Amino acid sequence: MRRGTRISLAIWSALVIAFLWIPLVIIALYAFNGSTLQSWPITDWSTHWFSVAWHNADARSALTLSLKVGAIVTAIALLLGTMAAAAVARYRFFGREAISFLLVLPLALPGIITGMALNSFFVFAGISISMWTIVIGHCTFCVVVVYNNVVARLRRTSTSLVEASQDLGADGWQTFRFVLWPVLSTALVAGGLLAFALSFDEVIVTTFTAGLQETLPIFILDNIRQGQQLPVINVVAFFVIAITVIPVALAQRVMRDTGLIRRGSAQVTEAVEAAEIPAV
Amino acid sequence: MAADAGAFEAGPPGRRARLRLSGLFWRRPWLKALSLLTLPLGAFVIVYIGALAVVFVSSFWSVDSFTSELRHTWGLANYRLIFDTSQPYLHIAGLTLEMAAAATLTDAVLAFPLAFFMARVAGGRTRAILFVLVLLPLWSSYLVRIYAWQAILAHDGALNWALNGLGLPDQNLAYTNTAMWIVFSYVWLPFMVLPVYAALERIPDSYLEASSDLGASGFRTFRSVILPLALPGLVAGSIFTFALTLGDYITPALVGGTGSQMIGNVVYDNFATNLPFAAAFTVVPMLIMGVYLLVARKLGAFEAL
Repeated sequence: MRRGTRISLAIWSALVIAFLWIPLVIIALYAFNGSTLQSWPITDWSTHWFSVAWHNADARSALTLSLKVGAIVTAIALLLGTMAAAAVARYRFFGREAISFLLVLPLALPGIITGMALNSFFVFAGISISMWTIVIGHCTFCVVVVYNNVVARLRRTSTSLVEASQDLGADGWQTFRFVLWPVLSTALVAGGLLAFALSFDEVIVTTFTAGLQETLPIFILDNIRQGQQLPVINVVAFFVIAITVIPVALAQRVMRDTGLIRRGSAQVTEAVEAAEIPAV
Repeated sequence: MAADAGAFEAGPPGRRARLRLSGLFWRRPWLKALSLLTLPLGAFVIVYIGALAVVFVSSFWSVDSFTSELRHTWGLANYRLIFDTSQPYLHIAGLTLEMAAAATLTDAVLAFPLAFFMARVAGGRTRAILFVLVLLPLWSSYLVRIYAWQAILAHDGALNWALNGLGLPDQNLAYTNTAMWIVFSYVWLPFMVLPVYAALERIPDSYLEASSDLGASGFRTFRSVILPLALPGLVAGSIFTFALTLGDYITPALVGGTGSQMIGNVVYDNFATNLPFAAAFTVVPMLIMGVYLLVARKLGAFEAL
């Protein structure tokens, strides 16, 4: 590649990265704006609004609800996503392709469709709006996120590990605990963190499944729309950026951890020992 | 041999039962697949697919204009209303498609050189840093990123401050379609970078060497080797940018103007009072995405997701 091309590619990349980050930096700086007016540049620097936001009862209850929903959704997504991935990655059966197509739908279909569909489903089924309807709404796509992570990991893992474990007399639980778990754990941690981040940030589906309840994003949305308590929203925005950035950075670190397969095979020996096979 | 088999089955009864169960599953893989799939797939089909079916069916119903109650009489009245040229709905659907196409194209243009730089030019360390720099905005709050642009594009915001600093006149971009275009392109950009990067990274170096050995110029190699191999990645990225724009109503509500209504806004405003009409209007993006996904699968985008 010519030098000129490389340099122009580098410059373009730097500009696009700047485009991605400048708005985030600006909104993070607004959290330190002492004035109630949102004008740029900031002239009155202060941390006053941090304590105001901290004592805001609505913001606190919204945060609590978001954390609760996020935790429940992550647990359900991990369980169901892993089960579906185990079946699709390991077995060939009629309709397998159709299932993997169906499971992409919640990510590929616009959120407004998912939201409205769930809302009318709840109305038709006579399910009243509660925290659990928010949970169901988030589960539709969070299960898929975990599924994608786990299915990718399983495809890269050789089936002979499981077969070896079974040949050596391990039962299903032992095979899972000592062979599959070490291979899958990082994919599960990453999938779980991403599912939590998605749930914590979700707006569109939530507006259809939350009724009058306020999750943190709904709290932000309502206030931005009405232009109310913007200084408090600036602080909340600052924290939301920090909170979603941390799990993703962690997930990245975990996924980068290589050598999983080697560690997995070491665990086979351990599994064999744990299976208490009498020495012949 | 019989004694060996006995030795395998030694141990407490619980373990023996578990071994029998694993044996059963091993002999009948379909049974294991079935027991693994029933719960997730059952829940998924009942809730999600069931809900989509409800929407589709109710789009053929109507609503009593006095009592707001659903009337289960079948008809195409809702669809006729959408395609009625005296109504604003066709125009709104057109604007939505236009926005989706504009954001997708803009993101493809912005993302491709960056993805190319990450995949084929940058060294390992730079690449890792760029990867995180693209990934973090993707996961940081979508609402906050829209809100950031609201503040930037405002009359006394950062954009006009920067323009004035360069000696340029003010731009009143707040609450316009241009603002929507900028924000859509901004929020979905990482969704385009990542699949394109993945596709470009998978191209073996030997292909590029072979191309230049055969006498192709840089441009020819790009057009005939790199671009076709990157296409699944571009299509995969466009699934996200397109679908997400089609279903969005937050961006038009926050940074759009009075004439910036999109399909999502009409659906959101109507779903409580006139479910059948809102349902009919969601069928439009559903069909568009259905066709889009089928074409994308043909182009091999699913492997690049």
